[in-house]
Amino acid sequence: MSVLVWVEQYKGAAIPISWEVMGKARELADSLDGKLVAMVAGEGVESLAQEAISYGADQVFVYEDKELDSFRVEPYAKLLSDAAAKAGASVILAGGTTRGRDLVAYVAVQNGWGIAPDASNLRLEEGKLVATRPVYTGNIFADITFNSAVQVASVRGRSFPLPEKDANRSGEVVAGDASVVIGAAKTVVDGMEEKASGEVSLTDANIIVSGGRGVKGPEGFEPIRELAGVLGAAVGASRAAVDAGWIPYDHQVGQTGKTVRPDLYIACGISGAIQHLAGMSSSKVIVAINKDPDAPIFQVANYGIVGDLFTYVPALIAELKK
Amino acid sequence: MKYVVCVTQSPDTAELPKVTVEQAASGNEGVALITNPWDEYAIEEALRLKEKQGGEVIAITMGPEKATDALKSAVAMGVPKGVRLWDPAFAGSDALGVGKILAAGIRKQGDFDVVLTGKLTVDGNGALVPVAIANELEAALLTQVAKIISIGDGKVTVERLVEEGREKVTAPLPVVIAPVKEINEPRYASFMGIRKASRAKFEVWDAATLGLEASAVGADAAKVAWVNLNKPAPRSSQVVLIEGESVEEQVSKLAASLRAEKVI
Repeated sequence: MSVLVWVEQYKGAAIPISWEVMGKARELADSLDGKLVAMVAGEGVESLAQEAISYGADQVFVYEDKELDSFRVEPYAKLLSDAAAKAGASVILAGGTTRGRDLVAYVAVQNGWGIAPDASNLRLEEGKLVATRPVYTGNIFADITFNSAVQVASVRGRSFPLPEKDANRSGEVVAGDASVVIGAAKTVVDGMEEKASGEVSLTDANIIVSGGRGVKGPEGFEPIRELAGVLGAAVGASRAAVDAGWIPYDHQVGQTGKTVRPDLYIACGISGAIQHLAGMSSSKVIVAINKDPDAPIFQVANYGIVGDLFTYVPALIAELKK
Repeated sequence: MKYVVCVTQSPDTAELPKVTVEQAASGNEGVALITNPWDEYAIEEALRLKEKQGGEVIAITMGPEKATDALKSAVAMGVPKGVRLWDPAFAGSDALGVGKILAAGIRKQGDFDVVLTGKLTVDGNGALVPVAIANELEAALLTQVAKIISIGDGKVTVERLVEEGREKVTAPLPVVIAPVKEINEPRYASFMGIRKASRAKFEVWDAATLGLEASAVGADAAKVAWVNLNKPAPRSSQVVLIEGESVEEQVSKLAASLRAEKVI
């Protein structure tokens, strides 16, 4: 019996959510008195095996091939199933990123295993996995119980703390046979238009500075971006700002955008419609800056300033630069 | 080209907070149901592809009688026909079961090139059904699709939103596509469409028609169960409104509070 974690990587660098998952998986493996096994696939990913061990893995399956350079769900699913069989996994976990959610869902449906997508907590009851996950767009939490020998979950980002890294841990690295998946991929990745470097991704961010209708136009996002820059934060937006065309859709937080849970969420000129709150109300600390004292955002905020964001955001930037 | 759109009903998004745990557990939400908002992007994209490339569109839903409304709203938007899949044996299916049933319906209706689904439902939030359909049909899977760049010659090229940016991907047909909001702006139902929808009749295909073993779907075949539902605890903190003699004093107090919270 073991717990298997997929270590997601992009261009040879691990995606940190994989280590968050690994930290929790270590606890689960210990409770099950089993091994913690990691699986990594790609091209030039060998160094990640040692990193996985330093984050708690006892054993790492490494599948190395240039065919695995770009993530494609079919070959990756085949390899994750292969690693699961070899490791005797009873639990399979991955970070709930775009790729992670696709991958473990694919593995689960292919093998007829139960899956809990986007879990925000995991525990064991009598040796069986119970995954808590938000449903009804965050308005209800449900515990998912499993009726299959292998239990699969993807885990929402920032649900578990990043574990301590221990460079002295030792573990076993197993070279997997990647040749079995040559030709399995149905799709071809033609290219990737990467985001501007230095842009912090919303789902990884510790701090998010968001703008809404109150920013009044695309140029209104300038102070928002500058504050984000000073704080090392990601830039978010409400649906109103996205629909107005002031900022691209991938910045949208809320029901039809991303669900985020940073340590600090600074909402500037955002009224706080239910649909927006659904995407950010589990942030640790919420700050609202809004001219309207009756804006619903103040009902979820920890700190509020009633006033114009164009006055307060530059002042806050100046204060933080001191 | 043949486009199949999978549609379902969900609570109106504004009503989601009103759904009680008892209602969610029973699957009978007791609030107004609409077409799952994400499915509208799928319907719109199917209609646009048909308008541009020609071909046929059909809508499929799985559910009891009331699910007919999801087909009606597809017809009101311009989809010429729809079919409903239902059998008492389907009740209580998990996402894997729903995927199996929809895949059987898609096969049953004939050839297909593109299956479009909502990226997730606003109630289940699982995003599993498109994956399950692709697996069942052995079709390529394209989630998070922001743009269909080209389609034809047995393949489709799309732009997908992933964490690192925009990925350009080509897949062979048939393919299952789950779009994101950026892909289009769904049209409103036309007056003619609404009239057509009000008169529309839809075939209902049961387990036997679909060639599905009743034991392969439904509650007994489900691999997961939802138990112990609860509402998230409301945020306990009362807002601290930061006031002061000057803007500088206010932001200085705010910064001090955030430092004390150890979030900056």
